Amino acid sequence: MITTQLNRKTFLLASALLAGGLGLGLQAAQAADPLYLPNVVELSGPGAVSGTNWRDGIILAVEEINAKGGILGRKIELENLDTQSDAGISRAQMQKVLDKNPYVVLGPVFSGSVLVDMALTSQAEVPEIMGGEAAAITQKGSKYIFRTAFGQQSSIPKLANYFRDGLKAKTVAVVWVNNDFGKGGRDNFIKEMAARDIKVVADISTESGQADFSADVVKVKGANADAIFVYTNEEESARFLKEARKQGIKTPLIGETTLLGQKVIDLAGDAANGVKGHVGLSADAPIPAVQEFAKKFKARFNYVNDHNGIKGYIAVYMIKAVTEKTGKFDSKLFASTLHGMTIKPEQEPGILMEATWDANGDIDRASFLAEIVDNKQKIVEILPKLNK
Amino acid sequence: MAAFIQLFVSGLATGAIYALVAVGFMLLWQTSQTINFAQGEFVMIPAFFVLWAIRFLGIDFWPAVGIGVIVSLIILGFLFKRMIVDPMIKHGVLPMVISTIALSIFLKEMVKDFYSSQAQPFPGLIPSSDLNFFGAVISTQNIFILIIASLTVVALNFLLNGTRLGRAMQATAQNPTVARILGIPVERMILYTFLINAALVALASFLISPIYLAKFTNGDVLGLAAFIAAIVGGFNQVRGAIVGGLVLGVTENLAAAYISAQYRGAIPLILLIVVILWRPHGLMGRAEERTV
Repeated sequence: MITTQLNRKTFLLASALLAGGLGLGLQAAQAADPLYLPNVVELSGPGAVSGTNWRDGIILAVEEINAKGGILGRKIELENLDTQSDAGISRAQMQKVLDKNPYVVLGPVFSGSVLVDMALTSQAEVPEIMGGEAAAITQKGSKYIFRTAFGQQSSIPKLANYFRDGLKAKTVAVVWVNNDFGKGGRDNFIKEMAARDIKVVADISTESGQADFSADVVKVKGANADAIFVYTNEEESARFLKEARKQGIKTPLIGETTLLGQKVIDLAGDAANGVKGHVGLSADAPIPAVQEFAKKFKARFNYVNDHNGIKGYIAVYMIKAVTEKTGKFDSKLFASTLHGMTIKPEQEPGILMEATWDANGDIDRASFLAEIVDNKQKIVEILPKLNK
Repeated sequence: MAAFIQLFVSGLATGAIYALVAVGFMLLWQTSQTINFAQGEFVMIPAFFVLWAIRFLGIDFWPAVGIGVIVSLIILGFLFKRMIVDPMIKHGVLPMVISTIALSIFLKEMVKDFYSSQAQPFPGLIPSSDLNFFGAVISTQNIFILIIASLTVVALNFLLNGTRLGRAMQATAQNPTVARILGIPVERMILYTFLINAALVALASFLISPIYLAKFTNGDVLGLAAFIAAIVGGFNQVRGAIVGGLVLGVTENLAAAYISAQYRGAIPLILLIVVILWRPHGLMGRAEERTV
């Protein structure tokens, strides 16, 4: 009898030790497992400029984090997938990565692709940290979508105030790119202009990838507006600026981040000088952390980053900050924690600037008014967070 | 009126580029029944040969242009014929078409992987400045394109109609069997056509890239435009391809300004449909009959 009891005790003890050992072993194995992080983004096609910057910002952040031991001891294993700037391909790539049960997914940058992909990530309950700026993205009710830059509903009102107060414009011409990004910006802009009694005298749609802007500039010129709002992607912005300068347009050319980006300056050269606008993120921002990031980016990739590079970089640090706060790799917990969360550079230096995410996944952070002077972006004014 | 002149000249310049590409397209078809769906990429890639030479060989722009021309003649002329057209053409037009579509994808991906997916500034062949003509601002680059394209077409016309070599090429195009009986080295004549096409696309590339910026996707627009221009003008006449290119360039520009900016992409296709319905052999082409 005693023997049996002893045997049972020994068995239970051995089982407990074995189970504990296995548990520890599993935990250790999980800690050692790399963290799969897919990035579905525009690496070719019209979005390649934005997508390449976004990808390189991510690579830089991943290399830094991995060099310091990863997130909660797990090194990041990054996979970049090209959407070819096509919403259909983007959706297929997103489905492919979701089949691997990722913790979080990154990208895309093009709003049209995000609008298609987000249904999949929402259904799979996997947080999607992306670079799209169309207002509609965070108005669809997904609990798993998060911005890295201002949505148009936040940035366009700041710009509209500048048209009214800074430029004292009474009439304005709008040149926009006929994709989801451009249409969203154009619709918001027209609404904001109407609210400020500024008349839109020309409303000109252009094509993504368009090369010849002579007809568009002739139409803009004929409108005789007090100011021109240009809302196209980077390459088209550069081509438009070159044609506008060629045709001698003297009217102020105003835009958002895509008109004042480094790639636009590189491609348009002197034609970019004098352009003004609102930038949510800028490598030239008078913020030491951002400038330090720009130096590291240049040293690593041998080109000057644009705002998408910063967006990609902070996207990875968002994952780090949230995961370290929750203490585990739980996708649903990640999403619920990030809603309403503020990440400060004191807590996580990689976030570069203090930022807050609301219940829709929209971001709030300081932004800038900028001007291109001598082929460089010059920050004219820092605009505080909207809810500060 | 100033705006109209400006748009017209700008359209002519773009159309002149389309015309150069369309002429090459048409020549290949005439001499070897090759429909080259990689023609757009053939225009895109010489600019990258130049940029590659500048970046990796560290040489100046003009020597790099020389290298760009030589590499274009070798790869887009000689090797294209030997490695793709010669083995595939004996299997008919359809395998040839599929091969050139595959080639176009390969060239795009190659540029993307080995150079960059981003648009690159390409130096102008002449300094960029503007002329004021009755209130219309006309770029010297556009005028330069028009002059160079016109001179090229005149020279090509002279070669085809005013020289023994050109007549031999025309004979090859019209009836290779009879040309062979007459002692014309048909294979060599076909090779010359491929080299001429390579030279034309290289020239078009160097003229258009300062305006369009060098990018791996440039061929998409240019290839389609050249194809439409060749059909609109007439697939069997050099002058047809020229007229087709110019009509297309000017129509695109004027339509975007005066009809609809939103539907600018549809206008060339509408033009194509109208011409096919009205004159199936193109504006300047001649009707051909074939025994089947």
